[in-house]
Amino acid sequence: MTEPIVRYQDVHKSFGDINVLKGIDLDIFPAEKVAIIGPSGSGKTTIIRMLMTLEEPSSGDIIVDGTNLWKMKKNGTMVEANEKHLRSVRGDIGMVFQHFNLFPHMTILENCMTAPIHVKGEDKQEVEERSIQMLERVGLGDKIHNYPSQLSGGQKQRVAMARALVMRPKIMLFDEVTSALDPELVGEVLEVIRDIAENDDMAMVLVTHEMDFALDIADKVLFLDEGVIAEQGSATDVIEHSQNERLREFLSRFRG
Amino acid sequence: MWSWDRFNEAFPHVLQGLTMTVWVTLLTFLFALIFGFVWLFLRRIPLRPLNWTVTWIMEFIRSTPPIIQLFFMYLAWPVLPYIGVTLSPITCAVIGLGIHFSTYIGEIYRSGIESVGKGQWEAATALNFSLIDKWRRIILPQAIPPTIPMLGNYFIILFKEVPIAATISVQGILYMANTFGARNWAYIEALTIVGIILLALSYPSAVLIRKLEVKMNTRFDKNAVIKKIEKGVRPS
Repeated sequence: MTEPIVRYQDVHKSFGDINVLKGIDLDIFPAEKVAIIGPSGSGKTTIIRMLMTLEEPSSGDIIVDGTNLWKMKKNGTMVEANEKHLRSVRGDIGMVFQHFNLFPHMTILENCMTAPIHVKGEDKQEVEERSIQMLERVGLGDKIHNYPSQLSGGQKQRVAMARALVMRPKIMLFDEVTSALDPELVGEVLEVIRDIAENDDMAMVLVTHEMDFALDIADKVLFLDEGVIAEQGSATDVIEHSQNERLREFLSRFRG
Repeated sequence: MWSWDRFNEAFPHVLQGLTMTVWVTLLTFLFALIFGFVWLFLRRIPLRPLNWTVTWIMEFIRSTPPIIQLFFMYLAWPVLPYIGVTLSPITCAVIGLGIHFSTYIGEIYRSGIESVGKGQWEAATALNFSLIDKWRRIILPQAIPPTIPMLGNYFIILFKEVPIAATISVQGILYMANTFGARNWAYIEALTIVGIILLALSYPSAVLIRKLEVKMNTRFDKNAVIKKIEKGVRPS
């Protein structure tokens, strides 16, 4: 396979006295679909939040497309990255959040258009067309002038995905995107993720509790337990051949 | 006791002070709006001792009556060695009341900014907005509308507080009422007029601010506001 687009090298993260991640080594390849599963509090979300630059690792390196994300060269030595460096690297990464985080003061079309125009400086007309197409793709073509407060949770989450996609990221992160939804709305959101996974060639990292779905679409499944990657491999490997006792127990809770 | 003749005579006299009262209110409010940013900015500097000092100074200013602050600035400050400056009554009123109210306004700004959730910052980061654009396009457009009614309320409170500048001889409505009262040895009509004028101006302002507040909120959250109004709760 080609070079990984993201590489974690011995990444640790602690919050105060609590060691959440205790040495993560992980390669993510272009277009690869990675699912991170594991019990609550195992640090799944923290892994992708560090890649989105929302949390800083306590130690270790995260390399994005050959560039160290959290460190930069200055006068020949590596120092902590500044905001300028982070901005130059994070442009290739997009994220969808558990609580949608749409901008409530903008229509959903404006939500999609604001970043391509004001961050990337793209042509307004072109961005508008692309945004409308994207909103149609997620099934919200008839709501482009509505405000987020007028949408259901499932619709909001689909807007959030369109907003991230319009930025054309190389890596998309999904942080428990169905956890805040009513059960009957989960399906519509998963359908969109499946559509993206099947038709777009970006790398995707899903942190999720939707076990069957994750195992179904993922090229690689990581089982995170007590701050380390306890098991990784293809979905079949992980489900059928794993000897890891905690993983089998974890899966049995979801799969009966 | 009450004389309608004196009332009619006092009315134009007191009204002469209205322009001054309104001007001082507007200037003071403008001063407070700008100076409020100074507090906001100082408190956002992540330096513990500075934070404590600023918080303490704000607390001190808020906990002392504005009338004493005015007296101090007008009467005591000029005689202090080296730093003493003599200020005109109007400058004194604008700066004195302005600083006093700016401490409240700084708090309003802070509450507005804190009302914008952490998720909004994170979404803005995920979309790679620059720091300036985060403030300009994401945070402030959400932080400002909810502060409008609070700022409006403080404007009305300030308007009712400005007459104390009469004590340092700013010739507003209360000062005029006082001189009229002293000249005729009868205060009741003139002071009643002061009350009427204040009521006549602050009540419509309150109604206007309430309308503005609904408008600000409806801009992006129609349903929520309508629900709140139906419940009889003032949206804030």
